Amino acid sequence: MFDIERWQEIFDTIRKNKLRTFLTGLSVASGIFILVILLGFGQGMQNGISAEFEEDASTSVWVWPGTTAKGYKGLNPGRRIQLRNENYEHTATLFGDDIEYKSPRIFVNNVSVNYGNEALVYFVQGVSYQFQQIENATMSEGRFINYNDEVGTAKVAVIGNKIKKDVFKDVETPLGEFIDISGIPFKIIGFFGEQEDREEERIYIPITTAQKVFNGGDRVSNLAYTLPPVENFDQAAAQAIQFKNELQTYLKQVHTVAPEDTSGIFVWSAMEEAKRFYGLTGNIKFFFWFVGVCTIIAGVVGVSNIMLIVVKERTREIGVRKALGAKPWSIVGMILHEAIFVTTISGFTGLIFSMGLLELVGPHIEVDYILNPSVNFRVALSTVFVLIFAGAFAGFFPAWRASRVQVIEALRDE
Amino acid sequence: MIEIKDLHKSYKMGSNSLHVLKGINFSVDKGELVAIMGSSGSGKSTLLNILGMLDVADTGDYTLDGVPIKDMNETKAAQYRNKFLGFVFQSFNLINYKSAMENVALPLYYQRMPRKERQEKALKYLDQVGLKEWATHLPSELSGGQKQRVAIARAMAAEPKVLLADEPTGALDSTTSYEVMDLIQKINDEGNTILVVTHEEDIAHMCKRIVHLKDGVIVEDKKVKQVRASAYV
Repeated sequence: MFDIERWQEIFDTIRKNKLRTFLTGLSVASGIFILVILLGFGQGMQNGISAEFEEDASTSVWVWPGTTAKGYKGLNPGRRIQLRNENYEHTATLFGDDIEYKSPRIFVNNVSVNYGNEALVYFVQGVSYQFQQIENATMSEGRFINYNDEVGTAKVAVIGNKIKKDVFKDVETPLGEFIDISGIPFKIIGFFGEQEDREEERIYIPITTAQKVFNGGDRVSNLAYTLPPVENFDQAAAQAIQFKNELQTYLKQVHTVAPEDTSGIFVWSAMEEAKRFYGLTGNIKFFFWFVGVCTIIAGVVGVSNIMLIVVKERTREIGVRKALGAKPWSIVGMILHEAIFVTTISGFTGLIFSMGLLELVGPHIEVDYILNPSVNFRVALSTVFVLIFAGAFAGFFPAWRASRVQVIEALRDE
Repeated sequence: MIEIKDLHKSYKMGSNSLHVLKGINFSVDKGELVAIMGSSGSGKSTLLNILGMLDVADTGDYTLDGVPIKDMNETKAAQYRNKFLGFVFQSFNLINYKSAMENVALPLYYQRMPRKERQEKALKYLDQVGLKEWATHLPSELSGGQKQRVAIARAMAAEPKVLLADEPTGALDSTTSYEVMDLIQKINDEGNTILVVTHEEDIAHMCKRIVHLKDGVIVEDKKVKQVRASAYV
């Protein structure tokens, strides 16, 4: 390996057979390049999906009442479940430390909303002051409902940016203006922005006000919670699922819903959904690996093909070398040495180019569900070595056969 | 220098066996210039291949410079070829991506001679065949006669005990053929042993001895008066 004469001989051969060397190198380099890029994007997708879930309150848990499907303890199926304030308050004390933010929500239906003479067709929802954190709403102007609003049943409203754009575009300072809900004036105290336009088409008022003013009584439409963040994703998912199950059990109990009834109470956990997505990204990653490995196999096949052609093309030369006193192993050594050298150089070239591209372009990619594609350097490095090894292995047989050729036949080869 | 006793060689062609050499007895002394003649199929190429250790005989003895050539593995044969024998082929067989000098230096590479020494020696031999100015040229830039001279220089560079030439003038016109023969004669004059396989009478008569082969046996072995090729050049 460290025979300087051999190296000079190899370099001579390479220098004088540029096209052949280039083609071998190209197939190896492109194989590695494609593999690394694919792996990078597999990772990028995983990053992107987890980032997507981090943006929305990813630990949120929602409760929706439904209609029972099974009879239980003498109660008929088909019974509508109605959540009440006491359910909310009880869960708040029951789960205490497990909860980060919590809020009930009531949909205020069958009300007319007016601004001046203009009728507004938007949903009105009564929520608690922590609802802002649960929805991850950002205030573009003013403030959200606060604790005092809630306690004092203040007639205030927080309005989505979309409504502001649609209705208040001609108003200079919409903050402080009043809207009428069922003829009762509500003061606008803030505007909020959301990830999705749909969620900006809402008018929030304090839940206490909604219940008192619009005959809500102690009825609640939804319960919403977020759980405190945990570093580890698996831990967070486990925590969310546990919380979800306990919450469901409690609510089913107080509303006399059969434990196996799936339609009485719905509890939805963003974390659980995220976990499902993670499973999906795992599959995508596996798929990219699969494609990548196929690419590598194609690369190996390419290298062995080229090796076969190289040996065929050099049959006469090998014959001459043998006539001049080359030993069989020096022929094998010469061919393999060249093959390994070329695969190594081009393999690393492909590696450097692809990693460089990922490093340069990766952070600037702004596509949904793809974020910062990158690749584990050690994984990429091992694939290069696998390719070199496989190339050498694939090249060995033609080289060995070449070393066995009868000189006379080789020299007759036209 | 070369001692051959009762040499037999046959090739298997499917179910048939082709008996090519049927008991050759033959010896060559140091400094001889021998022409081996015969029509195609007479076994002259097979004989040369066995002499050149490129093929092995079925039975019979072959002694080269006092060394019995028998039961050799490829590695050993390669070593002996490198040390004892120089080859010149009809189709030159130069390596096309190597310059004239590098071609001449190749057998020295397999002798593990250092690069610098190798190149000096290669230049010396190229000078002897009158192609020193062409040292850096590729074979494709040389004429047929020049190529064969490079091939002869390459064969001589390893300082072999015997030079084996297989139809060295077969691909050349007569003028160039005589030039090449002139060179071979000069090398012979320096005391080198040379075997030339040919089917051309005039080339054969430029040697000192002619061996006629027919159907695998030697039918004639005579010393001749050498015709100097320089007379034609």
